[in-house]
Amino acid sequence: MKNIFDEMNAPGGAVRPHYSRFQEWLAQTPPAHIAAKRAEADSAFHRYGITFAVYGEDAGRERLIPFDIVPRIIPADEWKKLEAGLAQRVNALNAFLHDIYSSQRIVKDGLIPAEQVFCNAQYRPEMQGIDVRNSIYAHIAGVDIVRAALPDGQAEYYVLEDNLRVPSGVSYMLEDRRMMMRLFPELFSRYSVAPVEHYPDLLLDTLRQVAPAGVDDPAVVVLTPGAYNSAYFEHAFLAQQMGVELVEGKDLFVHDETLFMRTTQGPRRVDVIYRRIDDDFLDPLTFRRDSALGVAGLMSVYRSGRVTLANAIGTGVADDKSIYPYVPDMIRFYLSEEPLLLNVPTYQCRKKDELSYVLANMEKLVVKETHGAGGYGMLVGPASTQKEVDDFRVRVKAAPDKYIAQPTLALSACPTFVEAGIAPRHIDLRPFVLSGKEVRMAPGGLTRVALKEGSLVVNSSQGGGTKDTWVLEK
Amino acid sequence: MLSRTADHLYWMARYTERAENMSRLLDVSHRMSLQLPGAEMGYWGAALGITGLEPVYTAKYGPITGANVLRFMAVDLDNPSSILSTLRSSRENCHAVRGTVTSEVWETINTTWLEGRDSAAEKMKGGGEAELVEYLEWVKFRSHLSRGVTVGTMLQDEAFHFARLGTFLERADNTARLLDVKFDELAPQVSPGNEYYEWGALLRSVSAFEIYRKVYRDVITPRRVAELMILRDDMPRSLHGCLKEVHQILGLVANSRSSETRRLAGAAYSQLQYGRIDDILEVGLHRYLTDFLDGMAVLSSRIAQDFLVPMS
Repeated sequence: MKNIFDEMNAPGGAVRPHYSRFQEWLAQTPPAHIAAKRAEADSAFHRYGITFAVYGEDAGRERLIPFDIVPRIIPADEWKKLEAGLAQRVNALNAFLHDIYSSQRIVKDGLIPAEQVFCNAQYRPEMQGIDVRNSIYAHIAGVDIVRAALPDGQAEYYVLEDNLRVPSGVSYMLEDRRMMMRLFPELFSRYSVAPVEHYPDLLLDTLRQVAPAGVDDPAVVVLTPGAYNSAYFEHAFLAQQMGVELVEGKDLFVHDETLFMRTTQGPRRVDVIYRRIDDDFLDPLTFRRDSALGVAGLMSVYRSGRVTLANAIGTGVADDKSIYPYVPDMIRFYLSEEPLLLNVPTYQCRKKDELSYVLANMEKLVVKETHGAGGYGMLVGPASTQKEVDDFRVRVKAAPDKYIAQPTLALSACPTFVEAGIAPRHIDLRPFVLSGKEVRMAPGGLTRVALKEGSLVVNSSQGGGTKDTWVLEK
Repeated sequence: MLSRTADHLYWMARYTERAENMSRLLDVSHRMSLQLPGAEMGYWGAALGITGLEPVYTAKYGPITGANVLRFMAVDLDNPSSILSTLRSSRENCHAVRGTVTSEVWETINTTWLEGRDSAAEKMKGGGEAELVEYLEWVKFRSHLSRGVTVGTMLQDEAFHFARLGTFLERADNTARLLDVKFDELAPQVSPGNEYYEWGALLRSVSAFEIYRKVYRDVITPRRVAELMILRDDMPRSLHGCLKEVHQILGLVANSRSSETRRLAGAAYSQLQYGRIDDILEVGLHRYLTDFLDGMAVLSSRIAQDFLVPMS
C-alpha cells in the first residue's frame, strides 16, 4: 500500500500532539497491567452479553466484537468541521427525500436522471404524497467517514456512505466509552474528552419531536425483529436507556385506524416507532406478504399520519450507492451551499465510458454493489487474487447498473493491540446524526477497526473491531 | 407492561425454579441410593420415570446407572427437560427482556448458563456420581443467587411481580410432584427402622430437615412430612406458602379481566389455609395432589389468558 496516514504517529516517529499524553501514559503503564485490563474488558463484555450474532458459517452463535483499548482521538477543531459538514449533508439528504416523495424538482430540473430514482429498488411509490412530520425522513443517520492520506503527507476526511435505513453500532459507541472509563479512569484526567452518554436522551427527544401532530405525551417504542437478530443487543440497550418498550411485530395491532400494543393492562396506544426492521418487513399487507415481523395495517395508520416511523419508509433511495455520487449536487441544489465534506470519486458502471475504465482497472479499485451493505458483495481489488478479480469482472459485465467503483483509499490507521504487540490498523468513523426539529449528534461516533493486517474492511460481520472515539473539548 | 415481556419474565423465573427443583429431586434419589445399597437402581429408574424419557435414555446410554441417569437428567442437552436445557430456556427468556430486568439479573442468569454449559460439557465426557452431584449443588446455589438478585435489585413493579408469580407457581407444582412421587415410591417399601433415613432424605432435599426438627421436635413420620410440605404456612416451599404468594401477587397485578383467576387462586389458598392433614390423608394423598396439580394447570392457563401470551 502507498503512504498511510497514522492517526497517532507522524512520519519520522514523532507522536502527534493530541496523542502525546496518551503516549506518556502508555510508556508509564506496566504491560502486565494493560494485559490484565484487556482481559477484564473481554470478560465484562461477555458477561453483559454485548455480543453480535453472525450470519453464515457460524450461524446462531454469538461473538464478541473485539474492543481495542487505544482510543481514536479527534482534535476539537477537526470535529467542528466534521460536525458542520455532517449536519449540512443530512439536511440535504432529508430535503432530497422530501422532494422525491412530493414534487420531484431535482428530477424535473435534470440534476438526477429519473430512472436512477424511480427504477431504484429502494424507491417506495407508496410514500408518494404522504406527509411526514417536519418533512424529516432520516431521523437517525449513520454516515461513514474515512480519512485518507494525500500525496503531501496530510490527510483528508471523505464520506464513504450515508446509512439512512437502520444504521447500527451506536450501542458500541456508548459501551466502549463506559468500558474505557471503567478500565482506565486515570486517562480521563489527562484529557478533556467530550461526553457521549447523553445520546439516548437526544434520541428520545428527537423521536418525541416528530410524534404525530396533536399528541401531547407521545408513547415511543423500539421495534425489533427479535432476540435472534444480529443487532438485538443494541435494540434492547436503546429501549432500556430511553425507558421505552422494546416491541416485536406480534406485540402490536391496528384497530380503528390506530396502532396499539398488547400490555398486561390491556391495549395501549403507540405514537412513535423507532423501527429496527427493514421496509420490506413492516407491513405484510403492503410489502412482503410472508413477513411475520411486521404489523398488518401499519401502513394505513402511517398514511393517515397517526403514527410516526423513524426512519420513514423509503429512505434507502437516498443512501443507495448509485445515488451517492449526486449528494454534492443535492447540497448545492437544496441548500445553495458548497459541500463541506468530500465525496469519494465514484465511477458509475451504468455509464459506458466509466464502465470500460472500471473493467480495465479493476485490480486497483474497490467495486461495490449499489444495494449491498455490511461489507458483503464487494471487491477490494488490491487485496484480491487474480481469480477473484476475474470472477467479479464477469459479474459487473453481466449487470453494470448494479455496480459502482471507487479508487482504493489508503484509509488512515490507528495503533491497535494485536497479537504481536501494538501495530497500526485501518479505521473508519460512523457518527450518528439525529434530525428532529434540529440536527444534533453526540461528539464523535463509532470507530471501527480492521484487525487483519492490511485489511480495509472494518465491518463487524467481517471481523472488524471497535475503539472508543474521543473528541477533545480543547 | 407488554404482555410478551411479562410472559418472558414469568418463564425466566419458572425455568430457574424448575432447574433448582430438578436438582433437589435428583439429590433425593442420590441420597437414598447411598443409604440403601442394592435398591439404588430402583431409585434411579424411578427418577427417570418421572420424565417419561426412558426411551431416549435407553437409546443413548443403555442400562440404568446412577452416573448416567444423573448425566442425562442434569447436563445432557439432548434431553429437553435436563437441568442444562432448563437453564438455557431461562436464559433465552431473560435475553428477550434484558432491557426490562436490571443488568445484575441479566448478568447472573447469563453467567449461570455460560458456566453451566462449560462445566456440563466436561461432565458429559465422563466422571462418576460424585462429580455430577457437585453440579446439583452448584445449580441450587445459582438459583439462590438468581432469586436473590431479583429481590435485591429489581424495582417492585409489574416486571418483578410476574417473575415472582412464575417462581411460586412453579415451586407449588414441583413440591406437589415431588411429594406425590416420593410418597408413592416410599410408602410401600419403607421398612420399619429405615423411615428415619428415607423421609430424612426427602426432607433434606427440600431443605426442610432442620425445619422439621424445630417444628415437631419428634420422630419423623410420613403424616407430619406431608403436613409440613402441604399445610405449613411459614414453610417457604410448602403448597400453602406458595399459594399465599400467588394469591397476593394476583391482587397486585389485577386487570379488568382477571377477577375470576384471582378467585380461583383464593379458593385454592383458602383450602390450604383451613385444611387438615387428616382430611387430606383420608381422601388419599395421591388423589389430593393430583387434584391440586390439575387446579394449578387451570390457574396457569388462566394467567396466560389474562396477562401473558396465551398458550396455543
